[in-house]
Amino acid sequence: MTHHNIDVGSVLRRTVCDLYSNLVTRPTGAAVRKEIEVVLSGLDQPSLTVIDFSQVGLLDFSCADEVVGKLLDGVRRQVIVTDAYVLVRGVRDDHIDAIDAVMQRYDQAVIVEGEDGAWHVVGPLDEPMRRVLDEVQRCGRAATWELAAAVERPASDVEASLDGLLARRLVMREDDSYVSLQSVM
Amino acid sequence: MTTVITVPPSLDDETFEQVFEQVAAVSADQKVLIDARHTRWSSPYGLTALLAVGQSRGEQAAFTGPEAEDTASYWARAGFYRHASEIFEMHGKVPRTREATAESNVLLEITDVARSDDVHTVVERIQSRAQAILVHELHLDPQATMRFAMTLSEVCQNIVEHAGQGGWVAVQTYQYRKRLGRRAVVIAVCDAGLGFRRSLESTPGWKPRDRWDDAAALEDALVRGVSRYRDPGRGQGLAGVRRFVGKWDGKLSIRSGTARITIVPEWDDAVPLKEGLPHFPGAQVQITIPERVTPG
Repeated sequence: MTHHNIDVGSVLRRTVCDLYSNLVTRPTGAAVRKEIEVVLSGLDQPSLTVIDFSQVGLLDFSCADEVVGKLLDGVRRQVIVTDAYVLVRGVRDDHIDAIDAVMQRYDQAVIVEGEDGAWHVVGPLDEPMRRVLDEVQRCGRAATWELAAAVERPASDVEASLDGLLARRLVMREDDSYVSLQSVM
Repeated sequence: MTTVITVPPSLDDETFEQVFEQVAAVSADQKVLIDARHTRWSSPYGLTALLAVGQSRGEQAAFTGPEAEDTASYWARAGFYRHASEIFEMHGKVPRTREATAESNVLLEITDVARSDDVHTVVERIQSRAQAILVHELHLDPQATMRFAMTLSEVCQNIVEHAGQGGWVAVQTYQYRKRLGRRAVVIAVCDAGLGFRRSLESTPGWKPRDRWDDAAALEDALVRGVSRYRDPGRGQGLAGVRRFVGKWDGKLSIRSGTARITIVPEWDDAVPLKEGLPHFPGAQVQITIPERVTPG
């Protein structure tokens, strides 16, 4: 597994303008996203990339769509790279507002680390998937039967939830186990 | 022949309809004189919409400003004359525009928005002053500052992406006695470009519905998050603005063509969707966010 960190603030200043700290407007977001896509496409696979917003001032909806929405949509559909996972960190509450609005539009979810240092899922995810994801994150690595026991649901239901989480690239599969993205950071 | 357009003494989003009505009656290739000699007060909407009126004319419009010195001086400090002199044929006394001594209630003097870089400039400028005014004077949540700047960014981007030409933005606070009895911060963004209906009609493969007019286009854009772009992530800017404004008990109104749609808070009695207004091109947006009243 290849690990990589991307400081979005640095990418913004390097690709758009060294005076900017705000991620606003579509052209700005598109320029930043394309730079990130170049990095992702050069990584060995599978890869886990942490996108760090801590040096970003404002993130508006348009830029959140370009930088997070379109990027994750490309990762999920495997048009950028074939086997990549993405975590987002360094986000404030107002960043989460913008990212959540974007995720709703794409019917996608992403795992983000908030100001409190805790990891949250941002975006729509049904309750059974959320419970299974919580459990995978608590264990770090677990087999289906362990997760079924922990959430007290039939293994077939848990497998369906895990399939959904895999499709959204919110967990990884290694042999017969499911692994949280944070545990391999 | 020059037609005189009389500007009312007090100029806000409601009284500006008198200006639109007079302007709509005169073909764009005919000369008009915008007569604001007797105007004593204007909201940011009034000032930016006046510039949009000038922008909408094929034949350059003439303009004569307020006779009252304090009013003219205030308009100059708000940046009006700097832009007006580029659009209008100026008549009468034109106050000298001074860069210094910004008004304490002007968060953002009238700024032109035509390109994405202009939106960056607007956001950078507003952030430096917004915190002090929104949090300490209007008692909004400290997190409101960033969301306020997001709101401003999105409404300005509507010009860049949909107007097809430039527009203007201004942000001020003022005592909103008429309806609120407390202070409010007001964002006004006006242009005389394509407008919502024509922008949505430019969607590839677009076909008119049974009911299709300016009001339907505004409902599509603001209520249903429809955009002329096919990307799934498009159309969320105004939806986000609407959410923030609702959270702050604010008012959002967008006028385009012959209609105006308004997200009406409890403290206001505006009509949610007004149709059959005098036609004016482009989009004219006003957002009013009131001072938060702490219970007890």
